[in-house]
Amino acid sequence: MSDEKTVPESGEDVTEKDNELTQEAHEQEVAPTPPPDGVAVTLNGTQIYADKGELLIEAAQRHGVHIPRFCYHERLRPVGMCRMCLVEVDTGRGAMLSPACLVECTPDMKVETDSEKSRKAQDGVIEFLLVNHPLDCPVCDKGGECPLQDNTIAFGPGETRMVEEKRHREKPIPLSDLVLLDRERCILCDRCTRFAGEVAGDPLISFIKRGVETEINTFPDDPFASYFSGNTVQLCPVGALTAKPYRFAARPWDLDQAESTCMTCAVGCRIEVQSQSRELTRYLGVDSDPVNHGWLCDKGRFSYEAVNNTATRVTAPMVRKHGELVEVGWGEALAAAAKGLSDAIGRHGGGSVGIIGGSRLTNEDAFAWAKLARDVLKTPNVDAQLDDGLPASIVLGLPRATIDEACAAPVVITLAPDIKQELPVLYLRLREAFLNGTSKLIELTPAATSLTPYATASHPYRPGEAGAAAAAIVEQVTDAGAVVILGRPSTAEAANFVTEAALVLAAKLPGVKFLSALRRGNVHGALAYGLYPGTDGMDTGAMLRASANGKLAALVLLGADPAGDVPDASLAQRGLAGAGFTIAVDSAQSSATARADVVLPAAAFAEKSGTTTNIEGRVTRVGQKVTPPGVAWPDWMIAAELAFAMGGDLGFETIDDVAAAAGTDDDSVAGDGAVIAPTWSGAMPPTPEINIPAADAYSLRLVSGRMLYDDGWSVKCSPSLSNLAKPVVMRVNPRDLDRLGVATGGQVRVSGAHANFVVNVHADTGVPAGSAWLPVNVAADDARSLIDASGPVTDVRIENVQ
Amino acid sequence: MARLSANNLATAQAIIARYPKPRSALVPLCHLAQEQDGYLSNDAMAHIAELIGCTPAEVYGTASFYEMFKLHPCGKYLVGVCTNISCMLEGAYELLEHCEKTLGVEVGGTTADGMFTLEEVECSAACTVAPAVQVNYRYQERVTPQAFDELVTELRAGRRDDIPPHGVLAKVRQVPTDRWADSARSGDKP
Amino acid sequence: MIRTDIPKIVSRRFDQPDAHTLDGYLRTGGYEGLRKALAMTPDEVVEVVSGATLQGRGGAGFPAGNKWKLLADKFPRWIVVNGDESEPGTHKDRTLMERDPHMVIEGALITAYACKASQVFLYVRGEMAHAQERIAQALNDAYAAGYVGKNILGGPWSMDVTLHWGAGAYIVGDETALLESLEGKRGMPRPKPPFFPAAIGLYHNPTIVNNAETLATIPWIIDNGFEAFAALGSEKSNGTKLIALSGHVKKPGTYEIECGVVTFRDVFYDPLLGGGIRDDNELKAFIPGGGSSPWLFPEHLDMPMEASLVGPAGAMLGSGAIVAMDETTDMVRAAWRLVRFYAKESCGKCTPCREGTSWLETIMARILAGHGRPRDLDLLLDVSDNISPGPFPGPNVTPGEPAYAPFPYKKTTICDLGPSVVSPLMSALRRFRPEFDAYIARNPRKLIEVASV
Ligand SMILES: Cc1cc2nc3c(=O)[nH]c(=O)nc-3n(C[C@H](O)[C@H](O)[C@H](O)COP(=O)(O)O)c2cc1C
Ligand code: SF4
Ligand code: FES
Repeated sequence: MSDEKTVPESGEDVTEKDNELTQEAHEQEVAPTPPPDGVAVTLNGTQIYADKGELLIEAAQRHGVHIPRFCYHERLRPVGMCRMCLVEVDTGRGAMLSPACLVECTPDMKVETDSEKSRKAQDGVIEFLLVNHPLDCPVCDKGGECPLQDNTIAFGPGETRMVEEKRHREKPIPLSDLVLLDRERCILCDRCTRFAGEVAGDPLISFIKRGVETEINTFPDDPFASYFSGNTVQLCPVGALTAKPYRFAARPWDLDQAESTCMTCAVGCRIEVQSQSRELTRYLGVDSDPVNHGWLCDKGRFSYEAVNNTATRVTAPMVRKHGELVEVGWGEALAAAAKGLSDAIGRHGGGSVGIIGGSRLTNEDAFAWAKLARDVLKTPNVDAQLDDGLPASIVLGLPRATIDEACAAPVVITLAPDIKQELPVLYLRLREAFLNGTSKLIELTPAATSLTPYATASHPYRPGEAGAAAAAIVEQVTDAGAVVILGRPSTAEAANFVTEAALVLAAKLPGVKFLSALRRGNVHGALAYGLYPGTDGMDTGAMLRASANGKLAALVLLGADPAGDVPDASLAQRGLAGAGFTIAVDSAQSSATARADVVLPAAAFAEKSGTTTNIEGRVTRVGQKVTPPGVAWPDWMIAAELAFAMGGDLGFETIDDVAAAAGTDDDSVAGDGAVIAPTWSGAMPPTPEINIPAADAYSLRLVSGRMLYDDGWSVKCSPSLSNLAKPVVMRVNPRDLDRLGVATGGQVRVSGAHANFVVNVHADTGVPAGSAWLPVNVAADDARSLIDASGPVTDVRIENVQ
Repeated sequence: MARLSANNLATAQAIIARYPKPRSALVPLCHLAQEQDGYLSNDAMAHIAELIGCTPAEVYGTASFYEMFKLHPCGKYLVGVCTNISCMLEGAYELLEHCEKTLGVEVGGTTADGMFTLEEVECSAACTVAPAVQVNYRYQERVTPQAFDELVTELRAGRRDDIPPHGVLAKVRQVPTDRWADSARSGDKP
Repeated sequence: MIRTDIPKIVSRRFDQPDAHTLDGYLRTGGYEGLRKALAMTPDEVVEVVSGATLQGRGGAGFPAGNKWKLLADKFPRWIVVNGDESEPGTHKDRTLMERDPHMVIEGALITAYACKASQVFLYVRGEMAHAQERIAQALNDAYAAGYVGKNILGGPWSMDVTLHWGAGAYIVGDETALLESLEGKRGMPRPKPPFFPAAIGLYHNPTIVNNAETLATIPWIIDNGFEAFAALGSEKSNGTKLIALSGHVKKPGTYEIECGVVTFRDVFYDPLLGGGIRDDNELKAFIPGGGSSPWLFPEHLDMPMEASLVGPAGAMLGSGAIVAMDETTDMVRAAWRLVRFYAKESCGKCTPCREGTSWLETIMARILAGHGRPRDLDLLLDVSDNISPGPFPGPNVTPGEPAYAPFPYKKTTICDLGPSVVSPLMSALRRFRPEFDAYIARNPRKLIEVASV
C-alpha cells in the first residue's frame, strides 16, 4: 500500500491528495532503477517495478495510475466481485480482462488500464450498477464524496438505456442503533460484511437471498451491535450505510476538516475532524499504519456529540458565594482560585495542596500544569491517575513496546483488563495478529476477556494472586522478546499485585517489553510531562485519604471527577467532602464541578490544538476545529494565568511557547507522529509485601471491569451513545450460583463493607469459582460502592432475594 | 417456531461429527430442521448456529441463498412444475396454467386448506420424461392435465404414502460411523 | 447406424433391476476395480487413469488423471464428487446415481486411494431425494460389508465417504461454489486465480472435484485396463459417455455413446437413439451441450460429437445434454426461457452477471409481451457484450461460413454462468432475427391519451 498516509474520503480508499502525491512519484518514474527483487511490469507503456506478490491495483496506485474499484479495500481480503477494476493484462498468453484487485504482478506482465476494452468493461460495470441504483444523489448523504458518483462521471455511460422500473426496496432499515441501511443504494461490494466478519469479528450482518435479490441484512431481531459498526459507514462506497448521528447533518462540500488524534481512549487513533459552522459533524478514521489502520470504535467516532452538547458543558467561570455557584468573569475567578491556594500554602505549605487529574489534557496542558505545581504551588502532590492505574515508575520505567512490536512478538502476555472494552482498536490490532498467527497470546486474567477465544493459554487467577500467576508462567515462555500488555486487570485488586507481577516478568523474561493498557485519553502524556507524585508526594488515593481526614487544605481537580472514576466510591466521597478548598478545572459539568468552590471552564477536544501521547508513547497532533463555547480556555492557558494571579510566571504567552518548552513543536509529531521513549530517572518500586486475607467460604472475591459504554461524560452526553450502556449484571461462576441456589438471570443482594444492593446475576464460566465480576461506572450502584481500597482485595457476599 | 427436538439434536450431532469442520453441516442441519417443522424457523436457525459455532446471521445468509429452504410455512405438498427448456418444449406452461386452475392458486400460492403450494421450478433433471413435476421432490413423469388432477385427488385422499409431507427429503439416512480419518487430517486447523 | 459391438461402461447395469443393491452390484463384478486398484500403488493408479485420457464429464472436459497430477503436495486432501447436476437438459448423473450408486462410490474410492486423500464427500443435488436415498443405502451397505470405512477389503487402507446434499442452487455445480457450499457457506464461486481446487480447495486444502460420471467410469478402466478404454472412441476423445437426449425427438432418453464418432444426426435419427424428430418435423436448431452452450443447426448434423470439432464451430459438448427443437418452436420464447434461468440462478457476486442477466431477461420479457422497440435488439447485443466481451462464440448465420468465434467465451465475470446467459440469446438473435422483429412489430406504439382535467 501507499506508505504515504492520507485521509481516506469515506468509502474511497484513495484521495485527491494521494493522487497528486503518487502523480509526482509517477513523473520521477522516468528511468526507474530496478529495486532488489522488484518485478518489472509494463503499465500503460511505462516500465514500473512492483514488489514481489504485489497486487496490480496496488502497484498501479503507487505509480500514479488509479484503477477504479468498489469492492477492493487495502485493509480487507480481496474478493474481486464488483468487477470495476477489470483491466487488460497480458501475461504472455494474450491480453485478457482481469480484475486488478486479484492479479499479482508477475515479471514482464503487460497492463493496459485505459484501453478500449478496459474502458468498455468499466463503463459496462458502472451502467450495470446504475440499473437498479436510485438517482437520488441530491438527497444522499454520500453525494459529493461518492465513488459511484465520481466513477460514473469518470467512466459511466452518458444516458440511461434502462427503461424498466428499478427495483424498489424498503428504505432505510436500521441495522443497529447507530447504522442505517438503504438497500436500494447498496451495490453489494461486501465491504461492510467483510469488515464485520474479518476485522471486527462480529459477523452479525450477511448477504441474504441470491442474484439480483441479494441484500445485506441481520438475523431477525439480532441487530449489528458491534463496537465497531461505524467503520462500515466509512467503508461503504455509496450512500447505502449511513450513521444515525450524521444522517442529513451536512453536505460533504460544506465541511472543512482538521487532522487530529482521538483522545477518547489511549490508543491514539488518527482521525479527521469535520465541522460545519461551529458544530462538529463527523470524525473519520485515518489509516495510520502503526496505529489504527483507519478503524475507530463507535465510542470514539460518535463522542463528538458530547462536545457539541453545550448544555452539559462548563461555559463560564464560577465562584461559590453564600453557598451558591455564581458565574463571574475570568479575573474574579482566577483571583478567588489564587487566594484559596495561597491561603492554603501560606498556612500549611505547598504540601497541603493536591492536584488530581490531567489525563484528558494535551501534552502541552499537562506540561504547563506540572510546571505550575512544581514552580508556583511547590507541591509534590500531583497525580494524573485516579487510583485506578499503576505507579508512574512502572508505566514510564519499564522498557516500552509499540503496537506493531506487540503484533509481531512471538508471545504476547496480557495482564490487563478487557482490552476490547477499554482500548477497542488495540483489540482489533491484536485479534488480527493472533488470527494470522503472527503472534500468540497468553492471558493472565481474573476473568475471561474478549481476547480469551484467541488465546493459546488463558490463566485465570484469583484477585491478589497476580504475582503468583506471573511467576507460574515465566517457565512456559521460552522465546525471547515477549511483549507484556500491562494494565489494571481489576480495580478491586490493589495495584501492588500488578506491580509485583510486572517486576517478576521484567526480571525473568529475557528481552521482554511492555505495552501499557492504561485507558484514559492522554494519561501517558500526562505522566511523561510530569503529572505524577514527586518525591514524598501523595498519589490520588493518598490525597483523598488525607483530604478525608482534613489534612488537605486545597484540592485542584483537573478535568477529573473522582466520584465517577476512583475505584472506591466512598473514599472519593469522603475525600471531596473533606477538602478545605476545591478548584474544578473542567470542560463538562460533573459532581466535582457541582461541589467546587471555584469552577474554571476548559476547552474540550477539538476546541484546542496541541499533541497527545498514546499507549506506545507515540506523540501525535490534536487539532482545533471549533471554538470553545462561552469563555472556556485551554488548560495550559488557565495554568499560565493562575500562575500570574499568584504572582508567578510560567513564561507562556502562546501554545507555541508551551510546545517549544515541552519539545513538541517540531514536525516529528506530524502525521503518524513519533514514539518518544520517556526518561525515567526515579527508582523502581520495591516488590511490595502484602498478605491477603483468606476469603471465608461464604464470600466471593470481587473482580471489577469497565464497559466501553459507561456513565462517563463522552457516552452519557452523546445522545446516540447514551442508550447503549448495558444495565448492571453480576457475573458469577455457575458452580457458585448452584451452591447458593440462584438461577441465572435472577436477582441477588450483594453486600460489601460500605454498601449492599440488589443486582441481576448471570452464570458465567469465564469467572473463576469463588470470584464475582461487576462493572464499574455504569450506575449508582456498581462495583465502586463495594470496593474497599483500604484493603488489598474486596470480598463480597451474595444472598438470594425472595 | 421450534428448536431441534431431542431426537433431531442427536441426529444433528451425528451429522456434524461426519465433517472435519462443524460449519459444513449447515445445509444438512437446515434440511433436518425443515423436516421437523415443514419449514425453516428462526428458532431452528439460531439453534443450528449454536451447534456449528457461527452466528444466526451466517445461517440465515446461507439458508436464504438456497431455493429449497422455506423461511415461512408452506403447503404439505410442494408442487414444483418444471418449465425449463425441455419441459417447455413439451407444453410445461400449458400444464402450469392447468395446475393453477386445479389448485385455485397462482404460482407461489398455497391452497386455503394448506395442502398445496404451487411453484414454477427450474430444470429438475427429468427432461426425457417432460413435462415433469416434483411433489416434495418426488418425480411425476410426462404429466398430463388429467394425470395431475388424479394426483391431486389421490394426495387429498391421503392415498400416496410414497410421498412424505414437505420437509422430509431422503427417507434413508447415512448411518453414523466413526470417522477414522481424523488422524490423517493433520493439515487443517479448526 | 451406430456401432452396437462396443461394450457399455457406465450404463451397463441400467437395465439390471437390482443394480443399486450391494448384492446386485457384486454379482456383476462390483468393487473388482477397487480390489485391483488397492493391489497397485497410488501412483500406478494415477498413471492408468491418465493413460486412458478420461475427459471430465462435468462440462470442462479436462482429463481426470492429469487433473490429479496437479494436486499441491500438501495434506490433508479431499475428494469431492460433483453430483449437483442442474444444467438445463441434463439428467445423466441422476440416472447413474439412482441406478448404479455403488459404481459412483467405487470410482470415488479408487480416486481417493490414487490421490492419497483423507475423505470423500459425495455432493448430491438437493432436489434429487431418490438419488440421495439410493446412495445413502449403498453407503450403509458398503460400510457394513467393509467396502468403505476402516480397513477396506480387510487391507490396511481406510476411507470415509460422506453423503452431502445441496438445497437448490444451480451455481453450486461450479466446483468452487460447490466447495463454498460444502463449507456451509453461500454457494458463490471463488475466483481462479488464486482458488484452483487442486491447490486451494475445501478448507483451503488440496481438493479434487470430479463429476459423478467421470468417477463412475474409473472402475471399468482399472478393471479392463486403459488400453481397452483408449481403444474406444475417436483419436482425441476416448471411451464412451452418457448423453441426455430430450426435446422434440421420438425417443428421448439417457444413452451411452462412443465418444467423438457418433454424429448429431445419429443422435437424433438413429433408431437406437433419438429415432427421429417428433411427427417427422424438420429440425430447426438444437442445443449440443446443455443450456449454457451456443446452439447448432441442421447444417451441423453430420458433425461427430467431438470436442475438437464442436469447439471451433462455436459450441460445446458440455454436460452431454442435447435438446432438439423442431420447426414449430418459438425461438424467441425458447431463448428467453434459458435467459430467465440464468437470471434466476446468478449467485449475485459479479456485477455484470447479477444485474446483466436480469436486465436481459426483463428486456426479452417485454419484447415477448409485445412492447419491444427496434433498438432493443442492439441493446440486448451490447448488454451481452458487457458480460461476454468480443465476438461471441457460435456458428455463422449463413451455413458454410466460418464460425463467429470458437468456443470458449470471454467474460467480465468470475465464473461461466454470466456468459452462459448470452449463449441462447445470441444463438437465437443471430439466426432467427426475423422472429424477434415480428414480436417487435406487434408493439402497437399507440399514443397514450392524457385525459384533460
Ligand atoms: C455454472 C456452472 C455449473 C456447473 N454445473 C456442473 C454440474 O452440475 N455438474 C458437474 O459435474 N459439473 C458442473 N460444472 C463444472 C464443474 O465446475 C467442474 O468443472 C466439474 O465438476 C469437474 O469435474 P470433471 O472434471 O469430472 O468434469 C459447472 C460449472 C459451472 C461454471
Ligand atoms: S458469474 Fe454470476 S454466477 Fe458466476 S460468480 Fe459471478 S455472479 Fe456468480
Ligand atoms: S475492485 Fe476488483 S473486483 Fe471490485
